[in-house]
Order: sequence, then C-alpha cells, then structure tokens
Amino acid sequence: MIKVSCSPHFHSKQSTASIMYLVIAALCPSLIWGIISFGMRALLVVAVSIAASVLAEYLLGLVSKENTLSDGTAILTGLLVGMNMSASVPIAIPVIASFFAIAVVKWTFGGLGCNWMNPALGGRVFVFFSFSSAMSKFDLPKQLASLASTVTSATSSASVDAVTTATTLSFAKTAISSGEAIGMNSLQYLESQNYPVTQFALNLSEKLGINAYTIDAFFGNMSGCIGETSSLLLLAGGILLICKKVITWHIPVVYLTSYAILNWIFGGIPYGTGAFSGLLIDPLFRGGLMLGAFFMATDYVTSPITYKGQVIFAFGCGFFTFLFRSFGSLAEAVSLAIILMNIVTPTIDRFVKPRKFGYVKEATK
Amino acid sequence: MFKEERMPRYLTFQKGGVHPDDMKSLSKDSPIKRIEMPSELIVSMSQHLGAPAKCLKQKGDSVKKGELIGEASSFISANIHSPVTGTVTDVRKVTLANSVCCDALVISPAPSEEDPSYDGPADYSSKTPEELLAMVKDLGLVGMGGATFPMNVKLSVPIGKTVDFLVLNGVECEPYLTADYRLMMEKPENILKGAMIIAQIVKPKQIKIGIEANKMDAVLLMKHTVEKLGFPIEVVPLKMKYPQGDEKQLLKATTGREIPSGKLPLDIGSIVCNVGTVNATYEAAAFGKPLMERIVTVSGNCIKNPGNFLAPIGTKVSDLIAAAGGLSEEPDKLISGGPMMGFAFWDMDTPIAKGTSGILALKFNEKPAKQTHCIHCGKCVAACPIGLEPTRLYNLIDHGRYAEAMASDLMDCKECGCCAFSCPAHLPLVQAFKTGKKLGRVKK
Repeated sequence: MIKVSCSPHFHSKQSTASIMYLVIAALCPSLIWGIISFGMRALLVVAVSIAASVLAEYLLGLVSKENTLSDGTAILTGLLVGMNMSASVPIAIPVIASFFAIAVVKWTFGGLGCNWMNPALGGRVFVFFSFSSAMSKFDLPKQLASLASTVTSATSSASVDAVTTATTLSFAKTAISSGEAIGMNSLQYLESQNYPVTQFALNLSEKLGINAYTIDAFFGNMSGCIGETSSLLLLAGGILLICKKVITWHIPVVYLTSYAILNWIFGGIPYGTGAFSGLLIDPLFRGGLMLGAFFMATDYVTSPITYKGQVIFAFGCGFFTFLFRSFGSLAEAVSLAIILMNIVTPTIDRFVKPRKFGYVKEATK
Repeated sequence: MFKEERMPRYLTFQKGGVHPDDMKSLSKDSPIKRIEMPSELIVSMSQHLGAPAKCLKQKGDSVKKGELIGEASSFISANIHSPVTGTVTDVRKVTLANSVCCDALVISPAPSEEDPSYDGPADYSSKTPEELLAMVKDLGLVGMGGATFPMNVKLSVPIGKTVDFLVLNGVECEPYLTADYRLMMEKPENILKGAMIIAQIVKPKQIKIGIEANKMDAVLLMKHTVEKLGFPIEVVPLKMKYPQGDEKQLLKATTGREIPSGKLPLDIGSIVCNVGTVNATYEAAAFGKPLMERIVTVSGNCIKNPGNFLAPIGTKVSDLIAAAGGLSEEPDKLISGGPMMGFAFWDMDTPIAKGTSGILALKFNEKPAKQTHCIHCGKCVAACPIGLEPTRLYNLIDHGRYAEAMASDLMDCKECGCCAFSCPAHLPLVQAFKTGKKLGRVKK
C-alpha cells in the first residue's frame, strides 16, 4: 500500500526513546563503579528507585490514558534518583523521591516535556529537606574504608569513621565554620586531618605531582552518592553523549569552566586566604558536579532551547553552585543551583532568540 | 581524471542545516539515458509557479513537436510546448504530484521524420539581450530546480538595479538526486555556455558556480572546462550541508549576502540559476529548443536499476519506472523530488512536469518511531537555517493561535524539513507549518 504524507520523508533516526536509552547507557559505567565501591546495597537502592519511578509512571499513565512507559524517561528518572542516593539510605527514601519526581514534579504539569524542574533533582531535593540527617550520611567506598580505621582525629569536630562520613565537601565546610581550616585550602585541611587516601593515588601523585586527594576524587575513591563519585567515568559518559549528538558541549563546558574560574578567584575567601587562591580543578571532581553538569543540567525539558540561552543557563548554574558551595550552609549546592536555573529557563527562552536569517540591519550593498 | 587540488576551506552557510545520508551512489554513475517515447503523454497546464497556462488545443487536434500548446496567461506564468508530434486524445483534469489539480492535454505520440531534432550548429552570438530574453519567455523556460519560477521574470532586471552575482546552482543537496550531477559531468560546456548567455542578458559583475564537496569530480571537471573555454567563471566547492541548494543558503555560502525576509535574490543584486535551467537556456538559444524534456533521477531502494533518464515532459511515472527496470518490491512511498522536500503521491499515472528532478520509490524498513510530546531538546532550533523556533511555532499552530504564529515569522519558513528531520519526538512540524500558513493567511 502506498502511503502519502507530508515531507520530509527522511528522518535522522533519533527518537525520544533512543536518546533516553543512550543517556541510560552513558550513566552505566558510573553506576557500576558505584556498585563496586559501595556494594550490592547500592544496586538495591538504584533498582528500587527505578521500580518506584516506573510504577508511578505506569499508574499515572492509566489515569491520563497515555502510554509513556516505552519512551524510557521513567527509567532514566528512576536511575538518576537512585544514583543520587547514598548507598546506606533507608530504602523508603528513594521510593518517596521517585514517586515525588514522577507524580509531582513531572505529571502535575502534564508529563513528559511539560515539567519545569528536573524530576530527578526535584525528588532528591524533596527527600533531602524531608530526611536531612539520613540524606547527609555517606558511606566511605570500600577502597577507603579499610584505610580509615587508622584515622584518629581528636581535634576535628567532624569525624571520619569507617562506616559513615560526610562528603569531603561538607567535611571541609564544617571545618570552615568552626574555624579549623583558616589559612589552608580544602586539600591541605584533608591532609591535616589524615583523611584516608589510597595507595594508588599516592603512587600516582608522586609520579605526576598532582595532589593525591584530587587523584582519588577524579577516579572515584571518595565518599558520596552512588553515581557521583567517579568523575572519570561520568566524563566518559558525557563525552559519549556529545559524540552521539544527544547533548552539545555548551552546558557542561560553560558550567564547569565558570564554576572553576569563580572558585579560583573567590573560593579562598572563606578560608581567609584572599582572592585568587581557590582551587581551580579539584572542586570539579567533588560532590555531584560532574553528574550535574553532564546529566542533570543538560536535561532537555528544563534547559533553554537556544545555544545562547544554554550558555547563560550554564553560567548561572556555575555561579550558584559556587555561591552555595563556598558561602552556603547546605550540602545541596549543585542540585539547588540547577533547580534555580530551571526556574529561570522559560524567561531565558522568552528573551534569548536565535538570530533570524535575512533580518540584518546593515545595508547589504 | 584530474589531479585533486588541495582546497583550503570549503564555504558553506553558517546557521542551521542537517546532514542526511546522501544516497547518491545508487544512481550517480549511471549516464543520462533517453527513454523510449511512451505510448501516452499527459502534459499539464500548470508546470510552473504562478498562473496555469491557457490551453490552446482541444480534443482531436494534432500537435507538432515543439509547438506551443499552452500560453502564459499572466506575468508570472510560462509557455508550454508539445514534447512530441501526435494527436490530442483528451483534455482532462489531472492531479499532479504536488496535489495541484489542473487541466492537462493527453497526447498520443506519432513521431515523424520531419520533427525538428534541435541540434546542428549553434548560433546565438548575433542575438541581442532583448532577443534572448524574449526567447527565454517564448520557449517556456522555468527554474528546473524545483520551484519552477519563470525564467523570463527572473532575468528581467528592473531599471536601476544591477546584478553583482550570477550564481549557478549545482549543489543538489537533496539525497538520492543525481540529475544535475550527471548533467554537469556530461555537458559541462553547455552549462558554461548557457551561463554566458544568461550573463549577456543580466550583465553580472561576477559569475560563480556552487557545487557541494560530495561531487568533487564535478568541481574538478568544471574548473577544467572553465579554463579550457576561458570564461570568467569561478567554481566554488561547498561543504556538504542540507539545504545548501536553496537560493538563500547558496547565496550566503557563495557571496556572503543574505536575502532579506520576503525579498528576492535580485534585491541583493544576485540571480541564482539551477544548472539544469542553464543547460536548457543554452539549448534554447543555440537550437531554438523549447523546454519540453528534462533529466529525471529514478531511484530508491525499490527500483531495480536506479538511473538518470531524459524524459519528455508529461511522461507518466509508471513509464519512467519501467525504464529503470521496474519495481523490485512494493514501495511504501512514491516521492516526486527529493526525500526532504519532495511530494509523496499515490498514482503511478501521475505525469512529470518541468520541475520534477526525481522520482523515488522508497521502502522504509524500520517501523516509524512513536510520536511523543515535545521534549524541548532544541534540535529543531539548531537545525533551522532561517533561525526560527519550530517548536514554538508548532505549539502555537497546535493551539490554533495562527495570528501569533504569523507574527513570529511563520512565513519565513521555507519548509526545508530540517526541523522535522532532526526532531526526536517525531512531531509533524512541516505539516503543521504548511497548515498554519494556509489558515494564518485566511484568518488575517
């Protein structure tokens, strides 16, 4: 049977579902690293998140009579929620986060494409404020846990024990507020507190002359959420997405560089070392920044549609991440910065327009 | 054939564009072949942009090859000539591939020995520009790239305006199509001589010919021929990018000038002619041959022997496909033109017209992906060569807010299909814009 339709009769073969599954694939290396670092409990947390998110999507699909399960967005949201949890979190928390992400953040606004806030981040921030203490405890990865037993720190107000710990970021943050870290930078403080570091990093540090803590953070030997620890693998996933033309370089590159430069200029101020004394590269590997820059801020629905808009958006993310990390008291800098810029996205889209062809002012002759 | 030179950097237009698979290898090496005269031709009276021609023949009349059978009925309209000697067996309404319904003459060919063959010594040097322009009008020349704009209108430069650039369009950016490529490979001299004839009429300061880099052999052959003939023509190789064959993008790429919204190339001192049109102009000037046949690429994965065919205007698609060995399997779609902007049609008896550059029979092996909500990925915005926001226009049209869509420059959309090509949600963007333009004009 011959079909008749409007042109074009060719398509780039990308579809919503193919994009979502590609993003999921790009997240997998980091997820696997999380499972290696934190054990099977991490896999359980992620599986429960995905199951809850898919269930929520299915139930709401019944109500709205739209079958949206096959597009893969629910799985991706669940995966991101799970990867944003600590491995030791009570199992009810990821379930609540996933339900909130799908049912409230995504579907109250009309489902796929209609939400104004990144669902996974919405879910994570919701449970962070609801269960703050449970959400602030992180496991040390197995690689560090065996080393940590040797750490004794009588003077420190933040304690490092083998079971749970704060992330290095909040570890340093506590020290700043208590005045212990004045005159240092966060790496020197970690060293002064005998924060555990792997032998691998020490060896590499000797060869390359890079701080061992930075090396550990880059490869993923640090405490944190399941999916955020290994900057290397997240970076690899992000580059895969750029090569596959799922995302463009604009958001991650501008986000990371603007944050790094701001932190270099002003990041030393809380430590009392003055301007231009902050760390440039190291903070990029800490916390959820890599995960945020490549997988959260680039969420299509909640980022601007023009390249110019995306650059503004990403700079805003970088600025607020720096602000919240250096001067805020909460641990959720990246999540909050991205959510804040999600709010601004419709405004950016309204005012930042692509340049139209054939509307040049100057005379063409 | 020629030593490849190092090209410094290929020019292209900056904003937007997409890169579909070019699929040209199917028919690119098949030389142009004249098809056998079909048993019936259907010559429609609307083969060009503008008003349909006035039909001069009735049922039962006999026609001669090259005889005027349709007369231009207004300023923007074109003459139509009989491609063959024979008798008019019927005058009826036909539906063309682009869904235009118009009168058509059904001609039963009876070729005779006395038919003009349109060759022999070329002689056009004595003609004045006015005579050449009148000839272009009389012989029914229209732009053969697809838009079929009457050539005499295009070449009438108003008093006070000068033409800085004459740009020949050898881009052929649509996938599958190789008609222009074959023409450039087989008749490069005719094309360049045709360009000089047009140059006599419009007196441009510079002549350029733009060819995409996937046709490097054509670029080199053209350069070689230009040197041989000693014409002041610059061959410009262009980076491959769809829709570079559009005159707006081609002028931006070759001259750096932008056609203002709603204006014509002449407003920025430029004229763009497809190489097929230029060849037809040469044949018209040299031999007095009217535009009554053209090269059509017959291709697609359902065609047994894809190739390029010289066919009289009015040949039915079924005859063309038979000339290409027939169908290997039943196609999902029949397309007149290229896959990006061509029209899907359903009737194998649809005749080809002056603007039909290709007939494609395509089978889609994958199931079409499911349409989802817009996910705001911005791929359409990045792909739009005009700098529109397709997703926003789509939303406005979807909600019936036609006036707002018109105010957001919907009319600047030229339906090139880059947005719908790249849309991961598989939204029918171009369809919406076509509808929106029609309804928007009515609502005004």
